[in-house]
Amino acid sequence: MAGATPEPGLDTESAGWVRRLQARGNDRESAVRDLHDLLQRGARREVRRRCAGTGVSGRELVDLATQAADDATYAVLAKVAQFRGESRFTTWAYRFVVLEVSRKVGRHFWRQPRAELTEEDWNRLPDALGAPPDHVAEVRELSRAVRRAVDDLTDHQRRIFEGAVLQGISLDALAVRYDTTRNALYKTLYDARRKIRASLVAEGYLGDEPSKEVRAHE
Amino acid sequence: MSDWSELDAFLETDPADVGCDEAMRILHVYVELVVSGEDAAARYPGVASHLRQCGPCGEDFEGLLALVTDPPPEGVGRRLRKKLRGGR
Repeated sequence: MAGATPEPGLDTESAGWVRRLQARGNDRESAVRDLHDLLQRGARREVRRRCAGTGVSGRELVDLATQAADDATYAVLAKVAQFRGESRFTTWAYRFVVLEVSRKVGRHFWRQPRAELTEEDWNRLPDALGAPPDHVAEVRELSRAVRRAVDDLTDHQRRIFEGAVLQGISLDALAVRYDTTRNALYKTLYDARRKIRASLVAEGYLGDEPSKEVRAHE
Repeated sequence: MSDWSELDAFLETDPADVGCDEAMRILHVYVELVVSGEDAAARYPGVASHLRQCGPCGEDFEGLLALVTDPPPEGVGRRLRKKLRGGR
């Protein structure tokens, strides 16, 4: 809605963004350019952060960032009327660019040919699961138990577990391959983890109560 | 029984976990709570639980946190346009 009044209670800067983006004519055009600049800078920073060590660089990196910034700009413009000031406007807008970068990097993953799952991937299972290196026999035995548990998963759960855990493919990339969403795959992995844990508890490898660890994000 | 705490933590599933969609819906709110030093995990335990377990959402959290705490500097073009508009 052009010229709509921003939500009451917005901080000055956020209210300014909303007002300018909902204006008409030159004011709006200028605001859209500023928004795109903001998201382009955010996208470049985020793509560089995510792609460090992946071999993506130069023109490819700039293209990924530009596509993410363009799509995030459209998304923000489509939803600016729904902005309620739960955070600063720029934080809200950056969220769109971070999510777009996730999707673009997930799609980009499949531009290179990927090896099929092999026995070697299964041999790396102890490392993937963080097994202590000083218990070779136990590690081997536990790996076999995990593999038995994985064999008991549904075909879909097993494919997603193998891709995400053994091959280290991100859920965003797997979502592209299986034409689904990150959330749906997370739910699949969640159920798979629960089943594998129950199997390992039943076989006496793990206790009934999960060990609690305080980690990042808290 | 050996110390399989890392495996145990990986296989742990928390019924409070809100999933990717809900965590991403309020990621901007959660990040600002973290930045302002508030106990975001106490306010949104289901989101905190999800960010611990979901690698991609955890990555999005780290990305947004980095952009908010250390925003990329403005380019010359935008600074010039602001100046022409009389902004600071």
